[in-house]
Amino acid sequence: MVKTLILRTAGTNCDLETKLAFEIAGAKSYLWHINRVKQNPAGLKEFNILCFPGGFTYGDDISAGKILANQIKFWLKNEISAFLNKGGIILGICNGFQVLVKAGILPDCGFRQKISLLANTSGKFEDRWVYLEINRDKINKTACNIWLKGLPETICLPIAHAEGRFYAEKEQIKQLQENRQIIFRYSDKTGKVKESYPFNPNGSMYNIAGITDLTGRVLGLMPHPERYLFKEHIPFWQKERNIIPFGRKIFENAVNYFKQ
Amino acid sequence: MLIRVEIFIQPGHIDPQAESIKKIFASLGYKQAGVEFRRIYFLEGSISKQEAESIAKQVLVDPFNEGFKVFYSFLGRKPGPCEIEIVYNPGVTDPVSQSVKSAAADMLGRNAVSFARTGRRIKVSGIKEKEFSDIEKFLFNPLIEHKVSYSKYSRLKTLDEFSGKNYEFKLIKVNLLDAEDADLERIGKEGLSLNLAEMKTIREYFRKLGRSPTDCELETLAQTWSEHCVHKTFRGNLHYREKDSRGNLLKEEKITNLLKNTIAKVTNELNSDYCVSVFEDNSGIIKFNSQYNVCFKVETHNHPSALEPFGGASTGIGGVIRDILGTGKGAYPIASTDIFCFAQPNTPAVEGVLAPARIIKGVVEGVKDYGNKMGIPTVNGAVLFDQRFLGNPLVFCGNIGLIPKDKCFKEISPGQVIIVAGGKTGKDGIHGATFSSAELHTKSTEVSSSAVQIGSPIEEKKLASAIIKARDKNLYSAITDCGAGGLSSAAGEISQKWGCKVDLEKVPLKYQGLSYTEIWISESQERMVIVADKKNLPALDKIFQEEEVNYAVIGEITDTKKLELFYQGENVCSLDMNFLYNGLPKIEKKAVWVKPEIIKRQIPAPSDYNLIIKKLLSSYNICSKEWIIRQYDHEVQAGTFIKPLMGENFGPADAAVIKPVFSKKELLAISCGINPFYSDCDPYFMAGLVIDEALRNITAAGGNINHTAMLDNFCLGSAEDEKVLGDLVRTAKGCYDFARAYKVPFISGKDSFYNEFKISGERIVIPATLLISALSVLPDKESCMSCVFKKEKNLLYVLGRTGEEMGGSEYLRISGNINADNRLPQVFPERARRLYEKVYSSARQKIIESCHDCSDGGLAVALAEMCLGSNLGADIFTAEIPFSGEKRDDYVLFSETPSRFVAEVSLENREKFEQEFAGFDYGIIGCVSEKPGLRIYGLNSKIIADLSGEELDFYWRKTFSNW
Repeated sequence: MVKTLILRTAGTNCDLETKLAFEIAGAKSYLWHINRVKQNPAGLKEFNILCFPGGFTYGDDISAGKILANQIKFWLKNEISAFLNKGGIILGICNGFQVLVKAGILPDCGFRQKISLLANTSGKFEDRWVYLEINRDKINKTACNIWLKGLPETICLPIAHAEGRFYAEKEQIKQLQENRQIIFRYSDKTGKVKESYPFNPNGSMYNIAGITDLTGRVLGLMPHPERYLFKEHIPFWQKERNIIPFGRKIFENAVNYFKQ
Repeated sequence: MLIRVEIFIQPGHIDPQAESIKKIFASLGYKQAGVEFRRIYFLEGSISKQEAESIAKQVLVDPFNEGFKVFYSFLGRKPGPCEIEIVYNPGVTDPVSQSVKSAAADMLGRNAVSFARTGRRIKVSGIKEKEFSDIEKFLFNPLIEHKVSYSKYSRLKTLDEFSGKNYEFKLIKVNLLDAEDADLERIGKEGLSLNLAEMKTIREYFRKLGRSPTDCELETLAQTWSEHCVHKTFRGNLHYREKDSRGNLLKEEKITNLLKNTIAKVTNELNSDYCVSVFEDNSGIIKFNSQYNVCFKVETHNHPSALEPFGGASTGIGGVIRDILGTGKGAYPIASTDIFCFAQPNTPAVEGVLAPARIIKGVVEGVKDYGNKMGIPTVNGAVLFDQRFLGNPLVFCGNIGLIPKDKCFKEISPGQVIIVAGGKTGKDGIHGATFSSAELHTKSTEVSSSAVQIGSPIEEKKLASAIIKARDKNLYSAITDCGAGGLSSAAGEISQKWGCKVDLEKVPLKYQGLSYTEIWISESQERMVIVADKKNLPALDKIFQEEEVNYAVIGEITDTKKLELFYQGENVCSLDMNFLYNGLPKIEKKAVWVKPEIIKRQIPAPSDYNLIIKKLLSSYNICSKEWIIRQYDHEVQAGTFIKPLMGENFGPADAAVIKPVFSKKELLAISCGINPFYSDCDPYFMAGLVIDEALRNITAAGGNINHTAMLDNFCLGSAEDEKVLGDLVRTAKGCYDFARAYKVPFISGKDSFYNEFKISGERIVIPATLLISALSVLPDKESCMSCVFKKEKNLLYVLGRTGEEMGGSEYLRISGNINADNRLPQVFPERARRLYEKVYSSARQKIIESCHDCSDGGLAVALAEMCLGSNLGADIFTAEIPFSGEKRDDYVLFSETPSRFVAEVSLENREKFEQEFAGFDYGIIGCVSEKPGLRIYGLNSKIIADLSGEELDFYWRKTFSNW
């Protein structure tokens, strides 16, 4: 049985739907408070998948995801490395992505922050459905294999955040490209990457919506795949007759990876 | 050591904070002003300089766009000209403080930071010093913050300044026994908001006891007997008269307990089998599915929002969420609603009142902050504008909860312990309950500063997680929220039947310096009172620890039928529960309603229909509220199936539909109806019209009128004004008659009085406002409909007959004819009810592709809105619209006759649809076109309106597009 640990703390709020997503995909899922993991870090070993769900951990006080990121860095650095070395995969959604970035797990598991997710250019929290380009030619093979099976070249998912503007030095972005780490980019309906608002909803550099680590086994993204599990989740579900719930596919892929 | 960390955005990066401050300056006419913004953290504790540097670097800044500087004094450097530093007032909750302390502890591995506060420094350039000092007040709210004075703060050695002084116990007694009536009246008025009759009753009670009351006893009575807590006007004796405009008496009536004889009566008479708990608990409960029931509550937070919009709105939403958590043995919050009434943003500011734009932005920010951080989707709402809301906006916050069937009722018995859990108690919100029962005046900002607070959503989120966990393990048997009146209301009410004993010094405090009375009546946020068996304390402790929730056992349930309070062993309050809850003398008041004379003047027919439709779409009341909707997370919990914005182009929806339990099929539809403009013509029909609006919204989304419940929220002016009370009576009577005819019960409600304001001596009273919120259970998603056009060539039907009844309409308002006609639309509830049942059964058979209700702006706006969400358009023929009265294109298109829908039907289903609706008024008014936009052919068959898809989109979205 594939086992998923969904790590929660004060202010996590997408934990239940994320648990549902993994369960629909066929994994056994557990919600653990960070205090429980802190007491028993070795417990991480039991799991195949570690997920950092969305929310406002610690109220996003100071900056989004920062406090939990520090806790991970201070308390669980070795355990996370061991978890990955042993073949586990990690998914960070929205606030979870912010945590992975600020803990330095993305982009290279070096536990030093190399990129950031800053306040949206609009200065506002925004809930909106966006389109994402998936260009497999430019994505790490393992990442394609774990996360992207059966997805078309353009998908749509909802975002809901105030701090999602992907930011890095130019050199860093170049490295991400070279290492094939950029997995999702904001685009228009046809999959064409457009820099203008609202296609790029937060002013992200290079329209980056999600990246993986060097191995392709850690994925962080701002959009919420757990909010597109059923066809009724899309705002035009009554019109489109044949919709694949793209979000659900991502969870199914992650779980099926361990069944291969 | 005192440490100051200043954090700034590095050059070359966008600073959203500075940008939003620039917008404020630009709105005041200083478009060239440049702004530098710094966030500041003040820390105190046993930390070395090196540790302070690394806290700043690793915890407080984002290395990618921020820089920092550490100082070892409070102020660092002296603020220059056009520079201001702002900090919270002593005693005001700083929500970030706890996070900073724990984050520093995480890093250092010890609790080294004993104290943390935040502040901000703003430096403005391109503006004269004199000009700056005139407008610096727009940068902060003196109720919760103040400008740092350099001379005072530069010498500060410790942050104790912010933590209050020590309190030394001294029992205060108020000599009422020999007080003259004049003194009684004065004591009652000053701070207690009690009238002479009530004060006399209290004097009598204590004379019998042969002792004077303590301050704590008086405050407890004042809180418990406040309008806010006990609804004494609504339940009082009213002498009601109706007059015509010449002063002739039309009708006279003695009413005892209006609430019982209208709102509660209809629910009793209908006796609907799906009602579980009505008007008893913190919210009303109805049946949902085999496992769960659902509960719903809507509260107002008007006065606090007028004074401190962000804090007022956020504590409003926080409070109503606690009502849900405190229903039965605890419900889980699944959705929020928000409805606002403001003055138009372009209304000129007046002295003593915050500018409308500031109130609007602050309120939206507050709901956003609290709702999003709690992880509760805000799914339905409305915003209305009228100048009379200038000094007294209305902020309604609603919340819906899911509750297991066996957890709907509280159980309490003597010997159980009373626990307070969640936030600590401070001086915040003292006198909130009595404050909301008095009218606002220009000096309100001075007297009520302690009644305004800041919420901490994370505190409440932790509390909610702990409560639900404990509930599911059956660790407690009753729970209620600390709302208005604080512990006094919560602990008092919950133990009302038995009696209780509370040791006030056991209540966890934010800081020292609170007197026993302050502890008892403080309205500090994020607290719940729980009653549990002693044996469950260890298990409860484990859960509270794991979820990092503060709590304390503060007393126990007794069987003395007395409320007994102690402070360090001294008895400070001893009141009979019976007197406290049943001793309030019945209020006697007069109420009068003057029936306005019918006005019907000729309205000139418009020459340019395109222009009228554009004006309607961009009017404040009708235009897109996308600016607000998108700031709310309306999709968290992943159950929102009909969202506030639907279709590929995101057009407006009628009601929200959510699926709260993943594994089950049932859904909930949520809607509202509100229209204060109608009450200027007649509050009775206003009530009928807004009930119809709420129910037809439910129907348009696929809801079932036969499994629907309503909530009533009244907002009115002073309860001392007989005309205001006349409106109250008339509205309540409307509620009774129409709810009875629609056969839809009320399950919970609230009334808010004293919604008025004085500007230079002139009273400005809000129009009588009734918000109806409706909640409907759908067996599955089959009947779900959105109002977005689905396919070209589909037929468009209008259901219901349109009438020449233009009173109160948006059309009259935007064309400057609002006083030309006051004949309100008629409601025919029996007929409407049959129509709603039919729409529901047709929706289940899937013969309607899309459905939209007609309300503000009439058919023309309804059709435009259906175009908005899709990439399709419509061709419409007004001659085909069933109509009564003088048939004119403008009347046909813009009349707001209730109980009407536009339905989109495919050609295959045409026959079936017409069979279903045989016997109802309907017309085929046109069809969906692949060409986007709206084209309307008038009665003379010539085209009278032709708007492209882009035009509709532009005019609907433009009003708030730059917000």
